[in-house]
Amino acid sequence: MLGLNKKDVTLLTFVAVLALFAPFILNPFPEGSAMAQFNAGYPDLMQRFAIFGIFAIGFNLLFGLTGYLSFGHAAFLGIGSYAVVWMYKLLDYNVLWGLPLAVVISGIFALGIGYVSLRRSGIYFSILTLAFAQMMFAISYSDLLGRFVGTTITNGETGLQVYTSDPQILLGANEPNTPHLFGLVMNNSFFLEVGAWQFTFNVGYYFSAIVMLVMFYLSVRIFRSPFGLMLRAIKSNNTRMSYTGLNPRPYTLAVFVISGMYAGLAGGLMAAMDPLAGAERMQWTASGEVVLMTILGGTGTLIGPVLGAGFIKYFENIFSKINDNVLHQWFSFMPDGLEDAMVFIVHPFIGKGWHLTLGILFMLVVIFLPGGLVEGGQRLAAWIRSKRGGAEENTKSSTEPAE
Amino acid sequence: MGILEIKDVGKRFGGLQALSDVNLSVKENSCHAIIGPNGAGKSTLLNCLVGKLIPDSGSVMFDGQSVLGRSPYEINQMGISRVFQTPEIFGDLTVMENMLIPIFAKRDGAFRMHAIESVLAEKQVIEQAEAMLEEMNMADKRHMHAAAMSRGDKRRLEIGMCLSQEPRLLLLDEPTAGMARADTNNTIDLLKEIKEERDITIAIIEHDMHVVFSLADRITVLAQGTPLVEDDPQNIRGNPKVREAYLGESA
Repeated sequence: MLGLNKKDVTLLTFVAVLALFAPFILNPFPEGSAMAQFNAGYPDLMQRFAIFGIFAIGFNLLFGLTGYLSFGHAAFLGIGSYAVVWMYKLLDYNVLWGLPLAVVISGIFALGIGYVSLRRSGIYFSILTLAFAQMMFAISYSDLLGRFVGTTITNGETGLQVYTSDPQILLGANEPNTPHLFGLVMNNSFFLEVGAWQFTFNVGYYFSAIVMLVMFYLSVRIFRSPFGLMLRAIKSNNTRMSYTGLNPRPYTLAVFVISGMYAGLAGGLMAAMDPLAGAERMQWTASGEVVLMTILGGTGTLIGPVLGAGFIKYFENIFSKINDNVLHQWFSFMPDGLEDAMVFIVHPFIGKGWHLTLGILFMLVVIFLPGGLVEGGQRLAAWIRSKRGGAEENTKSSTEPAE
Repeated sequence: MGILEIKDVGKRFGGLQALSDVNLSVKENSCHAIIGPNGAGKSTLLNCLVGKLIPDSGSVMFDGQSVLGRSPYEINQMGISRVFQTPEIFGDLTVMENMLIPIFAKRDGAFRMHAIESVLAEKQVIEQAEAMLEEMNMADKRHMHAAAMSRGDKRRLEIGMCLSQEPRLLLLDEPTAGMARADTNNTIDLLKEIKEERDITIAIIEHDMHVVFSLADRITVLAQGTPLVEDDPQNIRGNPKVREAYLGESA
């Protein structure tokens, strides 16, 4: 089906089910309960799951397949956002004009950056991409390009946004004044109340999720193609690659551009959810984040980056929201002195300190599960199978290639 | 005229004249061995043939075309395949995938953007790879990770990968270096088989005299970067100059 083998169809179905039922899956706790703050089923966060999923899937095509670690992918994210907001300013709020443009422009930039950076490999490649991204960040932040042209292009540190004075030549009389797809407003949500639960179905989330599924499908096809095989060959042995009559350069450049386009699309979708584009999206921390997502989920696996993106975004949003008041509530059953002590101990790991928690989790995963969350899942599955089926099945599963 | 014509090739590394006035002609469908003591310039010469090094002077013609200034992948596409001293294979991939890559390279050239088609749909390529694995007696190992195999099997796979491209010239760089005796003998048998069954020219660099005398039709002795003698194997064995330069007084 769809040109995939059975295993991949199962995986695609799994991701599709996760994506389509996310409003239920992410909202397991009833409204108003103590656990409700661990619910992640609100539009803003769900959109980020899908968008950063796309970003990480694209990054994994480059890093997972060829082993080239780009440290400047956030630049394409920013370019995508700027492209979409510019289309809002010039044409109208329909996201359909901006998204293809975001993909094309980030692809062109990726071609240039990739052409130069891919002359080197290893750490030198990483440094070159980082340098390019930081340059792009600096240019956007100071609107250097705009100053040359005489008009604003990135609107500097304020960030690019739509003003009433903008041309918006396609804007119709009854058109909504926020991003939409042919009248389907991204911000709109539909609520479903079931008992104490409230589930939110957001247009923007479903739009992003469907784009994410298409991009996931595309990445499965690339993984299974002769092109994907060549990319894995580059990672495995570049010397043999050259002496087998293959030119590694165009292969790495092609996948760099593809992965840049994925990032551009993700950036475009960010602006499609919220019509703003700022330079901070291009900062190196954002480039680092996608590296973490990919490694945490499982480098070179199909589903790993999606899981990694979800994991990090979940922790970022949920842990950073917990504050001392919440902690006091949690530990209120303890005697006063002990309660304060517990709050004091946990305090550095929550709120603004969630990075500390993330760092510890990342270390644990890298040390104990080098294959990321996917390896964790595989070990768990093998363990359950061995509990149930005995040793025979276990040896069979261990010889299968990891995916 | 041989299929490979090396004329007046010289190469200098700083103060070291690694090669000077190398003239060598490899006849089509022969097995030509290049031997010599350590530091004689054998590997430098080989690297000049495959595009890794560019000689300072002279010319290298393959089948009437110059190989100088071309990249390794271009030279491979001309029909020269190289087997390395330590087997260079795709260790992270399965044996089957290792075999598919050279066949794709032969069919599609140095680059082709076939990113949406499935590998599994390429029936013809898979059949060819299966056949080559069969010929190399490796069919049962096809799902194994290549890095997990023994040295001998890796060598066998590497030779199979080179052969699957149907090269006209096969370059072997000490193919049995660091191998156990049994693996060495297997490799010799394999190479003999290849020589007999295929229209292929083989140029081999080797230390092991046993290997050289079992395979070569013609031997060039290299000493201090320049060819000392070129002759048939039986004459090389008795040549006093060779003994002095290479085998040492005691041999």
